[in-house]
Amino acid sequence: MSAVEHAVKPSRWPAYMDIVQGATGLFLVLFMWTHMFMVSSILISKDAMYWVARMFEGEPILGKPYPALVSGFAVFILSLIVIHAFLALRRFPATARQYNTMNKHIGNLKHSDTTLWYVQVFTGFALFFMASVHLYQLIFHPSNIGPYASSDRVWSGMMWPLYLIMLFVVELHAGIGIYRLVIKWGLFLGDNPKRNRHRLHVLKWILTVFFLVLGLATLGAYMKIGYEHAHQAGERYSPSWQDPANAAHHE
Amino acid sequence: MNTIPVKQVEAGAGEYRKLTVNIFRHNPQDENSVPHMDTFEVEEADSMTLFILLNEIRENQDPTVQFDFVCRAGICGSCAMLVNGRPKLACRTLTQELPQVLNLAPLPGFELIGDLSVNTGKWMRNMSEHLETWIHNREQERDFCELEEKMEPEVADKIYELERCVECGCCIAACGTAQMRADFVGAVGINQLARFKIDPRDDRTDADFYEVLGTEEGVFGCMTLLGCDDMCPKELPLAQQIAYMRRKMALAEV
Ligand code: SF4
Ligand code: SF4
Ligand code: FES
Repeated sequence: MSAVEHAVKPSRWPAYMDIVQGATGLFLVLFMWTHMFMVSSILISKDAMYWVARMFEGEPILGKPYPALVSGFAVFILSLIVIHAFLALRRFPATARQYNTMNKHIGNLKHSDTTLWYVQVFTGFALFFMASVHLYQLIFHPSNIGPYASSDRVWSGMMWPLYLIMLFVVELHAGIGIYRLVIKWGLFLGDNPKRNRHRLHVLKWILTVFFLVLGLATLGAYMKIGYEHAHQAGERYSPSWQDPANAAHHE
Repeated sequence: MNTIPVKQVEAGAGEYRKLTVNIFRHNPQDENSVPHMDTFEVEEADSMTLFILLNEIRENQDPTVQFDFVCRAGICGSCAMLVNGRPKLACRTLTQELPQVLNLAPLPGFELIGDLSVNTGKWMRNMSEHLETWIHNREQERDFCELEEKMEPEVADKIYELERCVECGCCIAACGTAQMRADFVGAVGINQLARFKIDPRDDRTDADFYEVLGTEEGVFGCMTLLGCDDMCPKELPLAQQIAYMRRKMALAEV
C-alpha cells in the first residue's frame, strides 16, 4: 500500500478498539459474576466450596488437582484486564482542562448516566490495582484455595479489607459497565427505547444490589471461618467424604 | 408535542411568585467586558415561558440583554440555553416547572456571541460540511418532469422522525464527550447521518459513511453518557440511532 493510499484509507482501528473494549468488558463481567457464585459456595457448606475449588483445578477430569490451571486462568484474566484498561484509558479525561470541563459539566447537568460514567472511571482506575494484587496472589499461590486456605488468607492473611473494598468497586463498575454496553450497541431497546432503557437501569441496580448482598454474606462467611481457624492457620480442609488419614496424601 | 399547554387561571395580584433570574453577561467583542451574572426580579405570570420572561426583562429592565429567538414555538432551535445547568429551549420551558431562582447561561461548547446568545449555526454548518449531511445521488442530473420514485410510508415516517432535529445544540451542551473534545460530531451529527443512511435516495455505502463517522471524533468517540438522549428537546431517539450507526460502522467493510 502506498503512503498516499495509507493516508486516505480510513482506519479500522477505532472500530476494533470499541469492539474489543466492549467484548473484554462483557467477558469480565460475566466471569466476575460466575466467580461470585462459585466463591459463594461456602454459604452452602465447606464441602461444596472444596468441591468447586478442586473442580477448577481439573480434578474431576484429570484425576488429580492441577493448581497450575488456576494460575493459567488467572494470567488470562489479568491480560484481559490489561487490554480492557488500556482501551478504556483513551476515554479518560487526559488534561487538567478536560477534568475541569467534565467536573463542571457533571455538576451542572446532574444527569445520572453522565455521573455514573465518572463513577466508572474512578472505580475502573482503582480496580486495576486491586484486581492486580488479587490476581498476583492467585497466580503464585494457586493451591491456596479451599475452605480453610481461603479463609486463612482472608482473615489471618489480612486480605479482607481489600476484598471488602474491591467488592463494592467491582460490583459498581461491572453493573454500570454492562448497562452502558447494552445501550451502547442498542440491545433490548426495542420499539420503546426510553421505557426500555429505564427498565434496564432498574435491572442494573437490582443486579448490583443482589451481588453486593451475596458478596457481603460470602465474605462474612470466610471471615468467620478464618477467625475460628486462626489458631491453626495453614492447615488444610479435608472434605467429610474423605478418610482424614488420606487427606495428606491427596493434597 | 410542540405546543405549550395553556392553562387560563384567574389570579389576583401577588398570587404569583417573584422570580429571581441570574443571567450570564459577557460581550466577547468588548475588551473591557468581564463575564459576570446580573440578577433581575420578575413577577411570574400564568403560562409564562422563558421567552416571555426574557422579553420582559429586556423591555422593562435592561434593553442590552442578548438572547436569540425566532419562532418561539420550538421549531427554529435558536433559543437553547442552560437553565439551572441543563440545556433547554427557552421558548418551550415554562417558568412554573422551575424553582424560584433561575440561573441562565449560554450553551457551552459554542462560540459566544454575547450574554445568552451563541453561534450554533457556525458549529452546525461545520459539522454538516464535515459529515456531508445531504443526499448523495449518483444520478447526475435530475429530470424534474419525471415522477419521483415512490417511498414506503414506513421509511418516510422513520426519516421524518429523525428529520425533526432542529439543530438547537442541546445534545452538544448535554454531552460530556462533546464538552471534553471539541471535534466530536455529537449526537446531532450521528443522528443526521442515520437519517441519510435509511433514505433510499442516498446512494452512499456503509464504507462511505465509515470514512466520516468511523473515527474517535465520530461514532466511536461516543461514550454512551446519554445526556443527548435525555435532554434533546425534540425527544429524538438518539441513543438508538447512535447504537444503530455504531453497529453499521463496526461491520462496515472499508
Ligand atoms: S438532536 Fe435534539 S438536541 Fe440535538 S440538535 Fe437536534 S433537536 Fe437539538
Ligand atoms: S451518548 Fe453521550 S457521549 Fe454519546 S453523543 Fe450522547 S451524550 Fe454524547
Ligand atoms: S425560538 Fe425557535 S425554538 Fe425557541
